[in-house]
Amino acid sequence: MALLEGIPAPLTPAAATKVLVLRNYVVYKGAWKLFITGFLEPVFYLFSIGIGVGQLIDTFEFHGEAIPYAEFVAPAMLATSAFNGALLDSTYNVFFKMKYEKLYDQMLATPLSTGDIARGEITWGLMRGSVYSAAFLVVMALMGLTQSWWAVLALPAAILIAFAFSAVCMAVTTWMTSWQDFDKITLAQMPLFLFSATFFPIEAFGDGVLRWVVEATPLYRGVVLCRELTTGVITWESAVSVVYLVVMGVVGLLVVRRRLDKLLLT
Amino acid sequence: MISARGLRKSFGDFEAVKGIDVEVRRGEAFGFLGPNGAGKSSTMRMIASVSPVSSGELRILGMDPATDGPAIRGRLGVCPQEDTLDNELNVFDNLYIYGRYFGIDRATCRERAHELLEFAQITEKAKAKVEDLSGGMKRRLTIARSLINNPDLLLLDEPTTGLDPQARHVLWDQLFRLKQAGVTLVITTHYMDEAEQLCDRLVVMDKGRIAAEGSPRQLIDAHSTREVAELRFGVGEHEALAEKIEDLGERIEVLPDRLLVYSDHGEDVVTAVLDRGLHPIATLVRRSTLEDVFLRLTGRSLAD
Repeated sequence: MALLEGIPAPLTPAAATKVLVLRNYVVYKGAWKLFITGFLEPVFYLFSIGIGVGQLIDTFEFHGEAIPYAEFVAPAMLATSAFNGALLDSTYNVFFKMKYEKLYDQMLATPLSTGDIARGEITWGLMRGSVYSAAFLVVMALMGLTQSWWAVLALPAAILIAFAFSAVCMAVTTWMTSWQDFDKITLAQMPLFLFSATFFPIEAFGDGVLRWVVEATPLYRGVVLCRELTTGVITWESAVSVVYLVVMGVVGLLVVRRRLDKLLLT
Repeated sequence: MISARGLRKSFGDFEAVKGIDVEVRRGEAFGFLGPNGAGKSSTMRMIASVSPVSSGELRILGMDPATDGPAIRGRLGVCPQEDTLDNELNVFDNLYIYGRYFGIDRATCRERAHELLEFAQITEKAKAKVEDLSGGMKRRLTIARSLINNPDLLLLDEPTTGLDPQARHVLWDQLFRLKQAGVTLVITTHYMDEAEQLCDRLVVMDKGRIAAEGSPRQLIDAHSTREVAELRFGVGEHEALAEKIEDLGERIEVLPDRLLVYSDHGEDVVTAVLDRGLHPIATLVRRSTLEDVFLRLTGRSLAD
């Protein structure tokens, strides 16, 4: 068709994701100091609770093996920092870009689609998160808190946790109408952070329903997966956690796309 | 370039666009005029292929927005009503990154961005933050950005709203140059002088329908007289005096502060009024403008 001469080829999903990551990279290039706080958060927790409180605690049993407290807490900090980072990026930041900056409206005036936006934003969050996770993992290794080469896989595990939560939280954000709604996010964030067998073993919940509920929550799956990898105690549960988090992320991504279509393409 | 047949848009029970037929040809400047809430922006969003058509047929550059959205958007330039610039990026990156969204390669993007900074006369602001720009500069940057992909069709939604007269004239000049370069322009506005300046052809929309269509000259000929005599009397006298001079024009309109007599010969009207022993405080004879047509077609009451 004559009208179509000289058009750049439409972006493939991969190229579109790359361009959106580029946009975020250019924005954050000047704000590298923000990266330090993201890295320090889990390190502070590790020192205060893992090492500090850990001096009062002998050892914990994990999958039948006794491990020092710091080794118990460190992988949980790896998992929860991936969780906290993903949550921040996909709720506050997305809400701001969508409602106030109208950033996605600008992008949709170009050949980009809502699917591209969802993928691009989540990919950027994951890239940022994986830098923190890798740095934290190095700190753990240097402090002798990793017991197996399986620990290397704790990095992709942390990225998987971030993916699952980014996708679901971005989906939830599409239903938010005001900043007040973010209280509800905090209301979900705190108990997940504190009670996902982060600071004490799951056995503390007894053998009742409560334990089953906790075991079915996503952050618990992430914490226990990281702990299994850094201590080298891999079980069939590890596979359950991986499948659980992958499904959660994919479903979240599909919902985000549908919701953005509904909200922005009216 | 654009062809719409029975185009409709509804949001729930509310019908914003109630079946319009529009044909925009290559290289022309086409205007959508209408008061707030007339359905202009809804129409523009459908043309921009970001708002699904509720019913009717719409073809942009020969393609269907429902199936070829990305391909159409790749050939469009869109300048939205509000400046939706990327406040987290500097001025240059606003152009550069936006170009990359179209899949344009790095080198071309960089080159185009520099050219457009020149075009928008903001080269010295290349590294500035967007929020530090004046309103006029932001508007020029938004327009420059919409040109990054060398569009065949440029959509401008109220391009000069909120600008000072200098900035408006600079913009008109730039839009005129684009038109000379063969870019098809589609403009919405409620400034009549802007429509007269820029548009070859326009439609007046009211309450989701097309009230009139044609060139500015044709619309004035069809819906108004050649001239208008404006007569100002004392406050409160206008209603009563209107009856005495009703026969002098084709149409007479009573406003709180003056009478408008529509006639092809405005001076004759004024002479006749004086002959009848009436003494207006002030008189003005002027040519009919698009504004007269607009107010005639869409009424003087506020739309919202």
